[in-house]
Amino acid sequence: MRSDPADYQLVAPGSLSAALALMARESQRWLPIAGGTDVMVQYAAGKLPARKLMSIWNLPELRNIEVSQNEIRVGAGCTYTDLRRHQDIATELPLLASAASWTGGIANQNRGTIGGNIVNASPAADSLPALLAYDAELLLVSVRGERRVRYRNFHTAYKKMELAPDELIRAVCIPRQFSEYVSYTRKVGTRNAQAIAKVSVAALGRLEDGAVADVRIAIGSVAPVPLRLAEAERILIGQRIEPALLVLARKTAAAEILPIDDIRSTARYRSAVASNLVAEFLETLGASGRRP
Amino acid sequence: MTAVRGKSEFALNVNGEIRTVTAYPMERLLDVLRTELALTGAKEGCGEGECGACAILMDGEIVDSCLIPVLQATGARIFTVEGLSGDKKLRALQEAFLEHGGAQCGICTPGMILAAVSLLNKNPQPSMDDIREGLSGNLCRCTGYTQIFEAVAEAARRSSALI
Repeated sequence: MRSDPADYQLVAPGSLSAALALMARESQRWLPIAGGTDVMVQYAAGKLPARKLMSIWNLPELRNIEVSQNEIRVGAGCTYTDLRRHQDIATELPLLASAASWTGGIANQNRGTIGGNIVNASPAADSLPALLAYDAELLLVSVRGERRVRYRNFHTAYKKMELAPDELIRAVCIPRQFSEYVSYTRKVGTRNAQAIAKVSVAALGRLEDGAVADVRIAIGSVAPVPLRLAEAERILIGQRIEPALLVLARKTAAAEILPIDDIRSTARYRSAVASNLVAEFLETLGASGRRP
Repeated sequence: MTAVRGKSEFALNVNGEIRTVTAYPMERLLDVLRTELALTGAKEGCGEGECGACAILMDGEIVDSCLIPVLQATGARIFTVEGLSGDKKLRALQEAFLEHGGAQCGICTPGMILAAVSLLNKNPQPSMDDIREGLSGNLCRCTGYTQIFEAVAEAARRSSALI
């Protein structure tokens, strides 16, 4: 049943410091809402448990992208459209630019934010495998100050995260060290457009003298949280990409994931597709070494 | 900070005019437009940001008004399909939609037109892929889309001829 707006409060603190002060005063009582692409869906369906909401949409402190010598710092309130339109993200962080481009339709991209995608914590979220592959750090902020958490350690279990009740994500910080890497990303869903992922992969790799010097494979929708395939990565390091290695990588990847049957797919299908995507990435990486 | 309980007054910039409404802050912009301001161009389809029937322009960007609490719409320039009636691009689009059979039952049409206006404002000569992507958040159950995409391509050709 639809929600009655009379039952809800919504305030707009207008600045980051005012929002943090409100969260500090009344821990866990004000649910932040940015573009509303997740929160308003729950609200419309009468399934939003929170009754007090705090708008952080368009807070200027959360909506800038800063490029410094060592990292690109994306404000948590940046929309997918902001990401797609930023030249340095398009050229240096293609995994993130691609993920932004296949999240919902343009109207969703104009409102949905990277911070919202992280805290909504769907295992199928489009941007999360990219953040894992780039080893992004999250800058968290509260009245107590700022701290950094590796995104890899942020989601600890299904919908559980390393975020205190008085904290907001301020920015996503991505190191600028991947210009020499081969990027690969693919989302497999029911359709190419406007469908939630059954499996998605974001991966980076670099060869030296024909052997794998560094590799990062991140995968979504196959476990309660997006995963890095640490074991598959380990067996690849130092190896040349040959058919026998692909077989081993497929097996190792399939053993690392924990897919389930649900409304969108089956565990068996997800496992087969995950192995195929890992193999396709390695073929792409191997082909890059054969270019003149 | 604004009052937190009960209804408040919100000044909205809609179709170039400041309109004051009294509403709960969590009321959906879609409902405020339709019931308070009698602007019924935006329709309710899915109510969850999938179908684009409720699409409007906010600061020139296409957004789904069913996902926006009215409080978040204050300070933005809002355009509904009604507000674009004098716009040359809209005229070209309307004619092209008519000629190509781009509208049948009409539920999706205001959203389609606004998504097309938003696309053409940023990209006056879109490729067919650009058009498909620009309209991908707008669902139509009648036309099969081909006529709509052709209408937008035709409108783009005519609009650039106008300049």
